Amino acid sequence: MTSTIDEAAPVQRNANRVGWLADLGTALRSSAVFILLAALLLGFSAAEPAFANLGNLMSILQAVAVVAILGAGVTVTLAVGGFDLSIGAIAASSVMAASYAMIVWGLGAIATVLLVLAFGALIGLVNAFLIVRLKVPDLLATLSMMFLLSGLQLIPTAGRSISAGLILPNGTTATGVYDPAFLLIGRANLAGIVPVSVVLMALVAIALFVLTERTRIGRLLFATGGNAVATRLAGASTARLKMLAYVISGTLASLGGIVIAARVGRGDVSSGGSLLMDAVAAALIGFAVLGKRRPNVLGTIVGAVFVGVLLNGLTMLNAPYYTQDFVKGAVLVGALALTYGTVRSPSP
Amino acid sequence: MPLLHIDALNRSFQSTRALVNAMLKIDAGEIVALMGANGAGKSTLVKILSGVLPADSGVITLNGRPYVPRTPAQAAAAGIVTVHQSTDLVGAAGLTVADTLLLTQFSQRGQPFFISRASVRRQAQAILDAAGFDLPLDRDFADLTAADRQLVAIARALANRADLLILDEPTASLSLAESQRLFNILKRLRDGGLAILYISHRTADLQAIADRVLVMCGGAIAGVFERPIDFAAAIEAMIGRKLQSARPGIRPPEGQPVFEMRDARLLPGSLPFDLAVHTDEVVAITGVLGAGKSRLLSAIFGNGRLAAGEMYLDSRRHRPKTPAEAIAAGVAMAAEDRHRSSLMPADWPGSSLAATISLPHLSKWYPHGLLFGGRERREAEQAIDRLRIKASGPLAPITSLSGGNQQKVVLARWEAEPSRLLLLDEPFQGVDVGARHDIIQAIRSRSDRATLIATSDPEEAYEVADRILIIDHHSLAAAPGGARGGLSEEIHA
Repeated sequence: MTSTIDEAAPVQRNANRVGWLADLGTALRSSAVFILLAALLLGFSAAEPAFANLGNLMSILQAVAVVAILGAGVTVTLAVGGFDLSIGAIAASSVMAASYAMIVWGLGAIATVLLVLAFGALIGLVNAFLIVRLKVPDLLATLSMMFLLSGLQLIPTAGRSISAGLILPNGTTATGVYDPAFLLIGRANLAGIVPVSVVLMALVAIALFVLTERTRIGRLLFATGGNAVATRLAGASTARLKMLAYVISGTLASLGGIVIAARVGRGDVSSGGSLLMDAVAAALIGFAVLGKRRPNVLGTIVGAVFVGVLLNGLTMLNAPYYTQDFVKGAVLVGALALTYGTVRSPSP
Repeated sequence: MPLLHIDALNRSFQSTRALVNAMLKIDAGEIVALMGANGAGKSTLVKILSGVLPADSGVITLNGRPYVPRTPAQAAAAGIVTVHQSTDLVGAAGLTVADTLLLTQFSQRGQPFFISRASVRRQAQAILDAAGFDLPLDRDFADLTAADRQLVAIARALANRADLLILDEPTASLSLAESQRLFNILKRLRDGGLAILYISHRTADLQAIADRVLVMCGGAIAGVFERPIDFAAAIEAMIGRKLQSARPGIRPPEGQPVFEMRDARLLPGSLPFDLAVHTDEVVAITGVLGAGKSRLLSAIFGNGRLAAGEMYLDSRRHRPKTPAEAIAAGVAMAAEDRHRSSLMPADWPGSSLAATISLPHLSKWYPHGLLFGGRERREAEQAIDRLRIKASGPLAPITSLSGGNQQKVVLARWEAEPSRLLLLDEPFQGVDVGARHDIIQAIRSRSDRATLIATSDPEEAYEVADRILIIDHHSLAAAPGGARGGLSEEIHA
């Protein structure tokens, strides 16, 4: 990493000038989420030794993989100053699309994955068309897309969930089955330890981190969200950058849908219920990570993992299932208070 | 006894003295024009008179009584009403003209709680009749033209029994015909005994209606000009030096023009004009707010279109559809209001000094896409040296810099890669005198390109340019009925 693109450096230098106390404050704030995460891990391990075994830690990561992948997409749309509310619905319809492709059309694993990813990218394009060309506000465009998709996914099967032996609306019985190779995406472990979905999450995290923080495209994506007028006047096409962001978001959402489909092995009409809220929460918790106060991919992944660890630990300590949403909400409120409420160190 | 008498009025903002022993008097039934460059103290004076700011010291008497308004409402109650340049705030979409006329009444205590449409219409009609205006009472305020909104504002002011009406650049967004209508109305109101303080740079307007011209310079009244008004002398008093005085370093235009406009119209109805800018030449375009400066520069930069006419860059047709195309053709532009047009918000990626400079050049400086190699930091270090930018280093957050230094960074952005034509829109906005000097030197030291600057301040134009053009009503032409002497179409500064 060169210091050229290290945005945090000047802040730290200024803090040095103010004194070690302010320096400590800055350090504490930027690492608060990590400190809390470490405290949670230690606390849960102490209270329940089974928590700390490798299998459980991997199951936590596996549980948050889909949310983290979707959250990374939300982060990119937040970077361009937009907001993609349709990701949950894209993931859910991707589960249906993958199932339909294999069970009704009899496609193989590779064809199904490519088809579903293309479906997600296409929805992203439609979102971008509504937002960039027709100038529909981001929230409204993606909200209506969410509605449209949650209805659309019911139509091909007349509202039925998709599993082998599905009876189609025209009375015939579907002959296809889930491709075993497809199921590996959700169920296999690399080297017997790391689930494939966790590997996918890591790949997405690294790719998007490099894209957003270390490339000129990433700089322009953030520039679009920071000041669209300035970005346009600097000769960049903000329309194309926004389109890119929504295509990335849609594609990642359909990737999340593929992981769910491969884990569940059937196309459930009710899948993906809380995905949108969880992914948005992860991206917003990410604002607090490293004291960035802005969307950032690393923060989103850490945010998703943080919530996963908390829920898993509390479940192990026999906290009832119905408290989960409350816990997520409390974490989000805390993270946002940490992001916006803390007093900034005096500017030079 | 004069209606309004101001004696030894002072007001400072930290170390800046905005008003220095300002004195003036206004009689009932006269139109007094107030002229002055940016920072001369006009707006401070107006704000004190309209109760927005208190004075530090000095005495104001209105109708023989001491006048110390603490709020705009108190000022209006005492008889001084200000109609501001932007009239959008007079009313709101969804209110009819009648509602807007009665808005101040609605907010007063002691008014009936329930109102009927008929009574609103009746009262509003009475207000319009008293002012002698003809406006559609049921029209939505949002559908009114700028000129009609202004009349609504004036009518409302008169309904509150104003003695002194202050108008701030009232014709800035009006067409010629609308301006003429406004002048006739103002003259009628004056003949009815109203005093009007009229703030404008537009000599044509002042020629048409002013009974007296007060010129402000450096926070004091620098001159009073009675009819017949010598506008050349007034402008000299305003900028504090002779218009015609020779200045060292002026370069006469030479050779082929870099950039040309032929028969250009900014708006379908505006007058066509020609423009030529040569290599190594700095041309300033000056005119009031809303005269079309930004529209002209935006059209050259592909951020807007000409209504008609042709543009040529190095004798090739120049017809950019986007800023990106203009940049590719060799045009660079630092637009007005740098926070809105050039800078990223604090703590956002790309908000460092170096990233501010590199934004338009990312694809050239980082052809492989990855931001490695420190090119932008090296460029920023050079810019810091060359333009004497005061910053802790190339990675300093742009928001930590002073206004003048931010403007230097914006200039450095567009000087980082060679261009044929550099456009600068209000490059001295919020820039202190020292930084302004550095920026002027930097602009004038480059000889490989043409520079076109838009500024509403004639003094700035004079300082920076080889040649000054005046823009009025979206055309680079002499003001109708233009004054003698210095205010011809072109001032060879």
